[in-house]
Parts: sequence; structure tokens; C-alpha cells
Amino acid sequence: MSILINKDTRVLCQGMTGKTATFHTKAALEFGTKMVGGVAPGKGGSTHLDLSVFDTVLEARQATDADASVIYVPPLFAADAICEAIQAEIPLIVCITEGIPVLDMQRVNRALSGSKSRLIGPNCPGLITTDECKIGIMPASIFRKGSVGIVSRSGTLTYEAVFQTSQQGLGQTTAVGIGGDPIKGTEFIDVLELFLADPATESIVMIGEIGGQAEEDAAQFLADEARRGRSKPTVGFIAGRTAPPGRRMGHAGAVISGGKGGAEDKIAAMRDAGLRVSPTPAKIGETLVGLLKGQPEEAQPTAAE
Amino acid sequence: MHIHEYQAKDVLRSYGVPVPDGFAAMDADEAQAAAGKLPGPVFVVKAQIHAGGRGKGSFKELGADAGGGVRLARSADEVREHAAQMLNNTLVTVQTGPDGKQVNRLYVEAGSQIDKEFYLSLLVDRATGFTSFVVSTEGGMDIETVAHETPEKILTLGVDPATGFMPHHGRAVAKALGLTGDLAKQAGALAGKLYTAFMARDMEMLEINPLVLTGDGQLRCLDAKMGFDSNALSRHPDIAEMRDETEEDAKEIEASRHDLSYIALDGDIGCMVNGAGLAMGTMDIIKYHGGTPANFLDVGGGATAEKVAAAFKIITADPNVKGILVNIFGGIMRCDVIAEGIITAVKEVGLSVPLVVRLEGTKVAEGKKIIEESGLNVISADDLDDAAQKIVKAVGDLS
Repeated sequence: MSILINKDTRVLCQGMTGKTATFHTKAALEFGTKMVGGVAPGKGGSTHLDLSVFDTVLEARQATDADASVIYVPPLFAADAICEAIQAEIPLIVCITEGIPVLDMQRVNRALSGSKSRLIGPNCPGLITTDECKIGIMPASIFRKGSVGIVSRSGTLTYEAVFQTSQQGLGQTTAVGIGGDPIKGTEFIDVLELFLADPATESIVMIGEIGGQAEEDAAQFLADEARRGRSKPTVGFIAGRTAPPGRRMGHAGAVISGGKGGAEDKIAAMRDAGLRVSPTPAKIGETLVGLLKGQPEEAQPTAAE
Repeated sequence: MHIHEYQAKDVLRSYGVPVPDGFAAMDADEAQAAAGKLPGPVFVVKAQIHAGGRGKGSFKELGADAGGGVRLARSADEVREHAAQMLNNTLVTVQTGPDGKQVNRLYVEAGSQIDKEFYLSLLVDRATGFTSFVVSTEGGMDIETVAHETPEKILTLGVDPATGFMPHHGRAVAKALGLTGDLAKQAGALAGKLYTAFMARDMEMLEINPLVLTGDGQLRCLDAKMGFDSNALSRHPDIAEMRDETEEDAKEIEASRHDLSYIALDGDIGCMVNGAGLAMGTMDIIKYHGGTPANFLDVGGGATAEKVAAAFKIITADPNVKGILVNIFGGIMRCDVIAEGIITAVKEVGLSVPLVVRLEGTKVAEGKKIIEESGLNVISADDLDDAAQKIVKAVGDLS
């Protein structure tokens, strides 16, 4: 078992004929992902990487019976591409594109509510179910089939968590990068709910960063679920402990403002909810092993001065 | 991207938002001429820098009693005197930090008789995803102080993008400001125009503090701070032209030319990392092992050897940097590309400080081989923890 995607997931690629999309579609095919076609307006009827290309998502869906679409179109056209996929009732939409204007995402978010689609991203690395399906840009070589579910706001920190849990011999069920933008489709809570319900996922790693309230909300969700008797050993990490307030750290979402969204508050919320927090980004795997073996927690670093 | 007050007020005027009359001035002559075009008898001379707290600020070069960055004048000659004092001097406010900011531009505005001050701003609330008004009767104060001390005096009101701004939003804003009758109508109309401007120009933040009620019963925006979504700037070339690079860190401007995300910090360990989260995590782990990061630098996902070389040069140009940590976890980014970029840059600008490189992910073996065969004095690291410890130790050994 796994969440969201598996060996039977049929995947379309929007913007497939572009350079980045071509590179990653090839990698997905090598991985074994069931790529079933691509969308490139004006290029319908042609083939690319031996896959059929369609002018519209609706046509592509009708011809291929796809249940997921991955989007690599440029930022100013990405909102349109996501909304086209929503209109075509694609169940799972994964948008890799970075740099979509936030007011565009505001409209996308509205179009999502009440729709038949779930969006992952934008500005995310995608997701992988080990040995079954890869959607997006994560490096497949660091994955190993196993029991940890990983959810993260940061792309390369997802790789760090995957790499470390592989090294520790635990492996992963599914890893999901939800993306660093302030307005996004799928949030921590949505993915955590799926991991709690997935029998193959025995433990969870959740990686957040400064900015917003999503980590606090997720911690509250896990605490509430634990009270109902649903819980799995979970390790958390928050990036940006030493970031200065008021500055945007690369991700549009990573900014501490108004005294809210700081790392210490998020870490405290995670600990209150019963998560074990990794003291550094290099100790995520070790911390999880310690938790699973019932070892006591290492001393935490003091708050950044 | 932020713009100056006088530019923000021009944008507001173009949407019919009431603002006092005023003119920008780049020298004392222009300031005096600007006063001549205004009715008087009171003028306000305002320093144009991208930081708040100007009125209570002070000039480094002038005495403590010389006045701040916002001054009243009663004649064109007096406007000229203030302008001459402020221009080219350094204004220090609570938001500029101790170094302050040099004043290169002024705004000369018609004085307003103020009966009451309010606070009104717009931003995208990430919890709801809606563009939201933040409204308070406590104008002219730092809103974060108000939020902390008297949160009940702040109303937050989201606008559903499906409906856009509606009359009921206007009524709610007026109510929160405690206005009735004609003033309530003025407030509702003003709020609608601000929303229109915010959405049409892809703003990230629009803050009117204070919004004032004048002696003749008019609502006017006395100050305006405006920030734009940099991802949408290409749709607004006129706004992009308003960028004042003298307000930004030179290294940050150079970085943005190469599409690198860079923020200068106070420490002495330069960092080059791919991905914003890992870049923050790298800063955190340097601090955890007792060092201090000199910068945040995310080279992004699809960096080329040239981009990596540019990043490396920006880091080495910082005189505070006593050591460099390169931490790359290749996904899209290939480790061999990173390795080539580093070697190109080192050959061009030299390397006078310790360099620790940690590579992992796509093409890691090739990348490590390129570094080893280069003959450069590079300390290689096995993992992130090892890398952070090695650079902190190397920099510590120097001092």
C-alpha cells in the first residue's frame, strides 16, 4: 500500500514537449511510471517520447483515461494549465512550476474547492511511491521501499529525509513534496490523514519551514487524532530557526512576519503534539530510528540568539 | 519589490484613490519649485526611503535636535532649507537598522489638517488564500504593536475572489473605522478602489498608515507603502521601472540578475545551497555547530555552471566571509554541473578561504571526481553534519 499514487496510476504531462518536461518524462518512464500521454496546445496529433500529444487536457483524458496530470508549463501560464486540468476533472494534479503569481493561485484555489481534483504544489518536487510511480523531479536513486511516509514543504529537504531514512534501512512508502508557496493545493493535514490511514506506512516524517500556520495546524491535527487513538511515530523538522524576521527566504512562503510563523513556535507545537523534533536537518533519520527503538530524546539546541 | 511613497501615491491616484497633492524632488531647487505649485500655507517635506518610522528618525550627519525625515514647512524657502538638510544625508529609523539609509529623493506634499487617523491595509492572508483588509481605528501606530497590545481594535476581512469586492465589504470597513453617514460612504468607496488597485497590479502588500480624516471632512491616504509580487512583475513593466536599486543590497541585486536567491547576513561562513528549505537548514546547522552564516543563497533547481560560478563570486566578494560551505543535494541539479561551476569560479577569482563541499544525489560520483581531479584545495564532506562541522572548525582555526 501507499498513498495517492501506485503502479496503476495513469499519468499525463502538461507542457510535455518543453525541455524540462522532456527530461523528467524520460526519467519517469525509466522509473516505470505509467505515462499515458502529453498535452501541448497546437501540437495535438503528434507524438513525443513515443507518447501521444493532445491539444487539450479534456481530449487527453478521454483518450487515455488518465487519473493524474503533472504540469511543467511556465509560471505565467501555469494557473491556466491547472484550471484546465480541474475543468477536465483530473483527480490528481501535480504542479512543479515555481514562481506562479500569488493572485493567480488565489483563483486556482477557488476553482479547486468543490471540484473533483486534488492539487499538489505548485512549486514542489512532486511525489514518489517507491518502486511504483514517480511524478515530478525527485531523484529516484535515493529511494528505497519501506515503511516511512514523508511529507515536506521543501524540495531538497525532502531528498535529505528520503536519503537518511534509506541509509537507516527504513525506506519509504510514499514521499510527498507539497511545495513552498503561500497558497497551495494540498496541505500537511491532507497528507498526514492519508498516511495515518495507510496500513503500509508505519511512521511519518514531516518537514516544515518558517512562515504561516500550516505546521501548527498539522500538529494540532495529529494531537486530536492521537486523542481518538489514531497515531503513528512521527518525527518533525523545521527549517529557518536562524532566519532573520521580515526577510523572505527564497520560498515565497518562508517569511516570519508579525511575530508569527517563527521556527520556535512551530517546534513547540510539534513537541506538544507528541512529535519528536530532529535537532538538525542531518539527524532526521537518526531521530526517527531513536524514536522507533524507544530511546530517550537527545538534548535540543537552545533557541537561536 | 517595494516602491517609494511618491510612486505608490501616483499608482493610487490612477485608481481614483484620494491622496494629498504633492511632487517628487531630487534636489533642493526642485523641492522649492514643488512648493510653488502647491496651495500652501503648510507643506510637508518627506524623505523617500524604503523604510518606516521616518518622522521619528534622525539624521546621522545632523544634530539630535535637527528634525527627522518628515518635516513641516510654512514657505517655499523653508521647504528648500529642509530639503538641503535632508538630501544626501543618512536617515536612521527603527526600520533601517543602525547604518541608516541615504536620502536621495524627497516628496513635497500639501499639508493636511488632521482630525483623526486610521489604519487600513491589504494583503493576501495565507490561511484563507483570500486578499484581506486589515482595518483599525489606531492609525499612525505600528500595527504589530496594536495587534500585540489591543488585538480587539483590529478587524481582518477577507474578500472571496469569486465575488470580488462587494458593497458589504465597504460597509464592514466603514463600521470597523467607526464612520457613519457620508464618511462611511467615502470609506466604502475608498476600500473598493484600493482592492481594485491591489488586484490589478499584483500587489503583495498595500498599507495606508495613516488614513486620515481632514478638517474639511475628507478621507485621504496620508502615507502609502506598496509591495509587488516579484513573480508577476513581467506583467507590469511600468511598475518594474519604478525599482530603485539604491535601496537594495548590491550583492542581492547582482544575485537577482543571475536569478539566484541571495540574502546577506551578519556571519562569516558563506553558503551555497540548492533549494530554499535546505539553504535555511544549512544556516541552522552551521549555527548549531557554533558558526554563523554570512548569507542565504539558493542557486535554484536548474542551475548551470555559469550560474554556480556567479553565485560563488558573489559569496567571495563579501569581505566578511572567512570560509565557504557548498551543500548540494542534486535532484534536477546535477552534481557534476555544480563541480564544474565551482572550479570555473575558483580559477577566475581565486580561493583565499577554506572551502568545504558536500555533494549528494544525481551524478554525485562524477561531481566528486571532478573536484578531486581539479587539484584545488577543497575539503570534501561525507554528509551535511560532517560538512557543517568541518567548515565551522576550519573558520575557527583561522581566528
